[in-house]
Amino acid sequence: MRGPAGVPVVDARGTRCPVPVIRLARAVRGLPPGATVVLLADDVAAWSDVPAWARMKGHAVSLHEEDEGWTVYEVVLGARGPAPQDARST
Amino acid sequence: MARPPTDADVAGLLDASRGPLHPVAARTLEASLSVAWADPTRLHQPARRARALLDTAREVLAEALGVRPDELSIHDSPERALELGIAGLRHARRRAGERVVAGATERSVVLLQPGTEPPVPVDHTGRVQVQAYAGALTAGGVAAAVLQSANGEVGTRQPVDEVDDLCRASGVPLLLDLTASLGRDGGTALRSPTAGAVLVADAASFGGPPIGLLAVRTGARWSLPGPRRAAEHGREHAPPWVPLVLAAAEAWRQTSAARELEEPAARALVDEVRRAAAAVPDVEVVGDPEARLPHVVTFSVLYADGEVLLEELAARDLVVASGSACTSSVLRPSHVLAAMGVLTHGNVRVTLPLEAVSPTRAEDVGRLCRELPDAVAAVRQRLGTEHL
Repeated sequence: MRGPAGVPVVDARGTRCPVPVIRLARAVRGLPPGATVVLLADDVAAWSDVPAWARMKGHAVSLHEEDEGWTVYEVVLGARGPAPQDARST
Repeated sequence: MARPPTDADVAGLLDASRGPLHPVAARTLEASLSVAWADPTRLHQPARRARALLDTAREVLAEALGVRPDELSIHDSPERALELGIAGLRHARRRAGERVVAGATERSVVLLQPGTEPPVPVDHTGRVQVQAYAGALTAGGVAAAVLQSANGEVGTRQPVDEVDDLCRASGVPLLLDLTASLGRDGGTALRSPTAGAVLVADAASFGGPPIGLLAVRTGARWSLPGPRRAAEHGREHAPPWVPLVLAAAEAWRQTSAARELEEPAARALVDEVRRAAAAVPDVEVVGDPEARLPHVVTFSVLYADGEVLLEELAARDLVVASGSACTSSVLRPSHVLAAMGVLTHGNVRVTLPLEAVSPTRAEDVGRLCRELPDAVAAVRQRLGTEHL
């Protein structure tokens, strides 16, 4: 599925954790830094898991909620690759 | 019922958030059934005996909290004690306001009390943001504040002394929630012995039954609406069941006596788990690595399902818990993990039992560390995510 300007769109509505993040990770495989992927998901766990995944992998994510009860996640792939494991104190 | 747990019952047990009783407390419970069953508020002989035993147990438990026996009441559950503790502060301070300042990683029962919205944000380790907490305290209309000494899901200690100072400066009474830590983090001494106007603890945290302890310090403004209640310094409608209180007091005696060996040993075992989990690709160990409870650790496995991971470990005779949505009855992820902004799926939580409860815990931790890479690989293979 592709959105405007050929941006790949992953529709994970109706699936629950960890499926939305897994589909998103499959979709970004092989894409260059700076590429954009859009995820649609209605799983509440995705609110925390998509940004957490993006942080672990060095991507940027912005999200906005749709009125119909699902959320659009726009992921811009990072140039620096995944954050090193010890970059955070947790 | 009061049979002390055997090694077979606790083999592989790495989720002791509500673990088996300390074996000596279990024997106390069994013995108490025949001598302490009576209602301690009655006047007959069995009741007087139960009363005397209850008084002694209350002294022991009050000492555990560093309070006086007449400040301590005993309740059916720690959740009930938290609800009452907050309700008493809100009622006594109803002219000051209705709001209750609480961090986003406080226990669900706290965050469900009226007035706690919106919760104060926390950082990535789950520690409450002190500046934001200070702002909430001075925003006006605040009846009370709540802070856990440490979080029971991720282990992170909260800035108790700082928040206690802020509360005193703004004249807001603080309820300190020790339900995850009492007896496991600082032994007999509380880490902050004078903090809080109200203290709440759970006897299960130190190997007792899961009964609630509520201490209201003398001079604190605390009262419940309606006529004075009949039991527990006017805080409860009925007295506690005395055998449970005796078991709790015995658990405290045993656990506090063993603390000097217990806590460093637990800390070292959790360090082992943290290292082993961090070495597995795409696994994030969460919570503060240093300022934490000695016996709690949580990590999240990317591209894995919490429920499947639990089953995979259970098949290897390792009993752990999870904060993932798929393992929760309401299908929502742990509010603690979500507030921290960490991965909620593929979550595994270890709460070490006391060594006295599970003599095999060091071997069990060693086995978890050895089996984990393979268990994670097996789950990812099943989900087709091993090459992501």
